[in-house]
Amino acid sequence: MNGFPAAAKTALADAQLRRNLGKATTAIRVKRARAVGELEDWEALRDAGAAIKARAMATLPEQLERLEERVTRAGGVVHWARDGAEANAIVAGIARDHGASQVIKVKSLASDEIGLNEALALRGIEAVETDLAELIVQLGDDEQSHILVPAIHRNRAEIAALFERTIARGQTLGLEPRAIAEAARTHLRERFLSVPVAVSGANFGIAETGSIAVVESEGNGRMCTTLPRVLITLMGIEKVLPEWRDLEVMLQLLPRSSTAERMNPYTSIWTGVRPGDGPQEFHVVLLDAGRTDVLADEVGRQALHCIRCSACLNVCPVYSRTGGHAYESVYPGPIGAILTPQLEGLERAPTLPWASSLCGACYEVCPVKIDIPTVLVHLRSRVVREVKGRRSPERLAMDALGRVFRSRGSYERAQRMARVGNGPLGKMPGPLSGWTAMRELPEVPQQSFREWWVQRT
Amino acid sequence: MSARDELLARVRTALGPGTAVPDVPRGYAGAGAGPQAGSPEVVARFCERAAEYQATVLRVRAGERDAAIAAACREHGARRLAAPAGLTAAELELVGDDPPLSARDLDGVDGVLTGCALAIADTGTIVLDGGERSGRRALTLVPDFHVCLVEAAQVHASVPDAIAALAPAAAEGRPLTFVSGPSATSDIELERVEGVHGPRTLVILVVEP
Repeated sequence: MNGFPAAAKTALADAQLRRNLGKATTAIRVKRARAVGELEDWEALRDAGAAIKARAMATLPEQLERLEERVTRAGGVVHWARDGAEANAIVAGIARDHGASQVIKVKSLASDEIGLNEALALRGIEAVETDLAELIVQLGDDEQSHILVPAIHRNRAEIAALFERTIARGQTLGLEPRAIAEAARTHLRERFLSVPVAVSGANFGIAETGSIAVVESEGNGRMCTTLPRVLITLMGIEKVLPEWRDLEVMLQLLPRSSTAERMNPYTSIWTGVRPGDGPQEFHVVLLDAGRTDVLADEVGRQALHCIRCSACLNVCPVYSRTGGHAYESVYPGPIGAILTPQLEGLERAPTLPWASSLCGACYEVCPVKIDIPTVLVHLRSRVVREVKGRRSPERLAMDALGRVFRSRGSYERAQRMARVGNGPLGKMPGPLSGWTAMRELPEVPQQSFREWWVQRT
Repeated sequence: MSARDELLARVRTALGPGTAVPDVPRGYAGAGAGPQAGSPEVVARFCERAAEYQATVLRVRAGERDAAIAAACREHGARRLAAPAGLTAAELELVGDDPPLSARDLDGVDGVLTGCALAIADTGTIVLDGGERSGRRALTLVPDFHVCLVEAAQVHASVPDAIAALAPAAAEGRPLTFVSGPSATSDIELERVEGVHGPRTLVILVVEP
C-alpha cells in the first residue's frame, strides 16, 4: 500500500476509467437532486436522521441488548464477534453444520471488510455473490470501487465482454443492459433454488421489534433471505435503530440519496423465524471489528452514522476523478476517507484524510448530516500527532512556529528573515518539496506592518 | 470474558460516562399529516407513481375485477397462476398455496395473483405482509409475473403513514416486503433497467368499490 497520492496518480492516467466515472456520477448527481427536491421536508428528515443515529450510538449497549432479546424471542440466534476472524469462523461453522459447500450472498460491505469470502474459501466453502455488480467484480477478479455500484468503473461494453467470457459463454449479449441483466438472472436462478445457506448484510436492525431490514433493487436480496433453509445476517453494531418508527425517516432518506429513486424496488424486513415462511433457521452475527474504536473518538464517531447511500462519493470532486480503487479500501470516497483510517487504524491508512479538497459537498448531501470535512481535519491532526510523530515536517514546522510566536523579538527577526527567502524558496528542498509541488509560496512584502507602524510614529 | 460481554464492555468504555442522548426532532411530515388513506387524490397519486416504475397499473370497479385479471393474464400469456389459499377469481386456473408450493413448483407456474397489506402513494409502493392476502414471501418472488390487487382504501398517502399502519404487523413478527415496481438494477452505468431476479412484470389492479 503506497497510499492515496500514488494510487490516485495511476487512476488519473486511465482515460477510460475517468470517462466511465464521469458519466455515471454526473447522471446520478442530477437525478438525486431531483428526487430530493421533491420532498419539502427534506431538511427536517435529515435532522431527524442525524438525531436517530446519534441516539442509537449514545444508547448502543441498551439497543444491542434489546435487539438480542427480540431476535431470540422470535426464534433467531444472536452471535457476537469482536473481530473479523471471529465473525468469519461463526459463519463458516454454521455453513459447515449444514454440510454446505456453497453459500449464496447478498451484497454486504461488512463481509467484504472482514474478508468473509476468502475465509470461507480457505475452509472449502464457495461464496457466490448474487448482486449484479458484485458478480461483475467477482467474475472479473476485480476490486469494487463504489459502495452502491461496486462495478461503476466498468461500462456496459466491458461488462458484456466479461459475461461473454464467463457466465454467458458462446452467446452474444450486445450492449442492451436488459440482455446483460438477463444473463445474470439465468446464471443465478438454479443457485437460488438449490443452495441451502445464505449470507446477508443488514441496512438496519430495529431494536424495538428485533427486525432486520435489507434494501435492494434486483430481487437477489429477497431470494437469499427467503428461499434457503438457513439465513445468516452479518450486521455491524452501528446498524441498530432504536424504534420501528425510525424506519419512516430512513426509508425516505436512503433511496432518494443512493439510487435517486422515490423508493428502491425491494425492501425486505423480517423478524427471527416465521413458521412456514422463509428460512427456518436464522442467525445474526453482531460485528465490532474496529467500530468501538471509532466510537471512542468523540469527533470521529459520527462516521458510524453512515447509512451507505454513497451520495458523498457521487458529488466528490476527488472521487469522481480518481474512482474508488485509489482509496485502497472497501469504503471509498469521502466517507471512506474518514471511516477506513478509524476502522483499520490511522497507521494503516494515514494518507486518506488528505484525499479531499475540503469543499464540503459531501456534508451538504449526506442524508444523516455527517460533518465529513470536520472529521477529515480532525483526523489529519491525529495522524500528525499519533502517526508521524515528533520528527515529522509538520510537527517540526509547527513547533518552530510556536517558538517564534512566543516572543516579539524572534517574531520580528523571522519576518526579516522571510524576505531573504523570497525567490530561492519557491521550491522547498528535500522532504518539504512535496508541499511546494502543489502550492506556491506567497511573496513576502518588503515591509511588514510592524515596521511601517514604527516608522510612522 | 465472553465475546458478548467483552463487546458490550468495549462499547461502554468507548462511550464513557455521561454521553448526551439527543432527542429526535420529528419536524418532518409525519403520519396523518397528509390526506386520508383511500381518498381520490391519494389513489390517483399512487397509480401515477407506480406506473412510473414500469409497472402496469389498472383501475377497475369491484364488479369488473375478475374480468380485468383474466384480460391481463391473457395479454401476458399466463394461464396457471399461483395464489394464496382462499383467493379466488373467476375465469382463472389458480394453484392454491395449500399445501405450500415448493420453490420449484413456483418456478413452473406462469405467474402469481395476490392482494397486499397496503400501498404507499408518495412512492408508488405495495407492501406485502405474509398474511392471507399477500401470501408467503416465496409466492410473490419466484414467478416471473405478479398480479397484485390493491383495494383503494388500502392506499396510504406517505411512508410515515404506512410505517405507522404496519407497526402491529412488525410487532407480531410478520415478514414485510416493500415492492416498488418490477425487479430492477442500476448496476450498469447507474441506469435503472427492469428485470433481474424478482418478477419482471408487475401488474397492479387498483380496485374501487
